[in-house]
Order: sequence, then structure tokens, then C-alpha cells
Amino acid sequence: MKLIQTALAGTLESSDAQVTVENAENGIEISIESNVINQYGRQIKETVLETLDRLGVENARVKVVDKGALDCTLRARVECAVFRACGVDKDYPWGGAIR
Amino acid sequence: MTQIQRLKRLRRSMLFLSAQRPALIKDAYIFKPDSLLLDLEDAVAENQKDAARFSLYHALKTVDYRGVERVVRINGLDTPHWQEDIRVAVAGGADMIRISKCETADDVRTVVRHIEMAEEEFKSEPGYTLVMAALESPLGVLNAYEICIACPERMVGVAISGGDFRKSMQTKYYPGGLEMLGGRATMLLAARAAGVQCFDTVFTNLDDIEGFRAEVEQNKQMGFDGKSLISPRQIAIVHEVFAPTEKEIAEAEKIVRVWRENSAKGIGVFSVDGKMIDIAFIPGAERVIMMAKASGLYKGDL
Repeated sequence: MKLIQTALAGTLESSDAQVTVENAENGIEISIESNVINQYGRQIKETVLETLDRLGVENARVKVVDKGALDCTLRARVECAVFRACGVDKDYPWGGAIR
Repeated sequence: MTQIQRLKRLRRSMLFLSAQRPALIKDAYIFKPDSLLLDLEDAVAENQKDAARFSLYHALKTVDYRGVERVVRINGLDTPHWQEDIRVAVAGGADMIRISKCETADDVRTVVRHIEMAEEEFKSEPGYTLVMAALESPLGVLNAYEICIACPERMVGVAISGGDFRKSMQTKYYPGGLEMLGGRATMLLAARAAGVQCFDTVFTNLDDIEGFRAEVEQNKQMGFDGKSLISPRQIAIVHEVFAPTEKEIAEAEKIVRVWRENSAKGIGVFSVDGKMIDIAFIPGAERVIMMAKASGLYKGDL
């Protein structure tokens, strides 16, 4: 999927994550802000990369502000941001690229 | 559970939660409501409908709700959202879809048709996704019976939605509920005639505990199966009020036991403690035992 605009999903509430994605030229660039970055930074990064890979996003600049989100919440926020950035708002591939 | 057991399961408490708030949906089952109402409708802002669906999908797929029923409330048929809501609910494996602002049997059939399409698309078990209808207008209430019988294989029952209903009746909440009497009673009659369940509206003033308890007591008196709730704090009161008394449990147990003995001998009518009992009493007695079990008040072998 190609990102055509900058998009954001999620909130700064506890147990949530706010994810911003925008188009980039050279692969995936991720920045993470989190109070638990030492323990979970690597896991957050892996989840984001895995989710983008499944969605077929090859170039993106991603910013994650983590407020203690579970893996499944983080995945939901990344997917939402990506589909928003691609201008897609229906017929989502539930159970396919979204898993 | 068989489909009949799924349709008839105990639903005293149905707790509303916004599907887009991760902190809520990941551990709401710890409050032990009978059902969770994961809301894509009013609790979700218009520009967050998509975000709510993604978080709903992953919650349905990954959170272990420990047997608590997962109901998804979809947006009304007059919005651009309901079709995608149905797709995500079915794809995620929700137990039931609650139809908002249902007014006619055709509304039910329309939703069911889209559920069938989604069950096929996502290779779900055909017929797995149950439905219930929220009646929010006088027209919906007047059509309650037709709505209740529109899809017997999937229809769990109907719920009245007080906020919108009171508004269209040009009234507001009053203690005692006289303003809701006609709506509640009409819907109850329809649900019982159709053999489906019936649920009361939410009580929104969380500070008025006594008012809430009084309304729940009235719900029980009128014959409701349960109530929609907006706070985990309301669950215990509903379960307590709906729990049968010790005397009711003992009587129900005796009726079921004596009936089983007698029917094995071919006797249809008999007396228990001076009261005439026949098969008509059995569903009621069995229901008391089921409620008692759910409330942790019956540990016998029935």
C-alpha cells in the first residue's frame, strides 16, 4: 500500500498508543516514545514492522507515542493510521492483511 | 452450546463499552456481566468509527472473555457505517449483533442478509451470529412482534432504548417510570408472544443508586430478562435483584423433582404443598434454578 497523506490514529489515554504515519522515500523509519522503552521498545518496533509488512507498506515514516498499549491495541492503531493515510474507509481485509 | 441454548442463555446484565477505548475492552470481563455490548454506535465519535472497528477486531480475536457473551452494537441503517460494522463483527467472531434504531421487520431482514454475506465471505459458521433489536421509537415498539419473529434462527430478543423513546414521546425520565409503561409493556407482550427475550433500557444517573435499584426491581416485576448497563458498578445490583429467594429456589427444586418422578410414572397433574402443578409450571421452575445457579445460590444436582 502507498501512503498518500499523513494520518494519525489512537489517543494519549492510558493503555493506548498514538500512531502517526506519513510517506517516505527509503524504506521504514520508526520513532518510539514510551515510558517502558527499555523493556518493550524492541517489541513495539517489531509489532509495527510486522503490521506494516502484512499491509504491504514499504515506505513510511512512523511515530509511536506509547501509553502502555497491548500488542493488539498497537496493531489496531497502526492499521487504522495506514488505511487513513491510504484514503481507504471500507471493505477492509479483515482476517487477511488485518490479523 | 447448541443454537437453542445460545439463543436462550441467561442475560441479566448487558454492559455497554466503547469499542474504541482499549483500556475498557481488554479487561471488562472481570466484572462478570452476562454479556458485553461492544459499542460502535453512540459511544464512538463520528470521525473515529474506523478506529473503533480496528480495535474491536483485535479485541474479539485476542482477548479471552472467559465465557462472557460478546455483542457488537452496530450503527443505524440510516448511517454509512452499518455494513462495515457487520463485516468486522462477523469477521471477529462476535456472538451477536445488536441492531440500533430498529423499526421494522425489514430492518432485521436487511441486517441478517448482510450477516449471511459476511459469514460466507469470512468462512464463519453459517447462522452463528445472533441478532437482537433495539427499539428506540414508537414505530419500533408498535412493530415489536413482527421484529421479534423476523428471523427465528437468530433472534435473541428486543431491548427498549429509553433516551430516544422518551424524546419521541415528548417526555423525560420520571421516577416510577410511568412515561415508559406503555413502551415497556407493549414490547414485553410482543417478546413473550414471540418467545424471545426482552431487555430494559439503561439507567444513566450513576449517583442515584436507589433510583436504579427501584427501576431494576420494577424490571423484574414486569418480567424482563435483563437490562442494558452503562457502568460495571450496576452489575451486582441487577444480579442481586434478579436472584431468586431461598424460598423460591426450594419450591422450584421440589416442583422439578416431583414432576420428573411423576412424569416418569405417566402422571401429568399433581400437587406440591397443596398447590396444583402441571407441565405449565416447569419452564418457570427451571428458570428459577438456572438463575439460582448463575447467582451462586444453588449447588444441587438439577
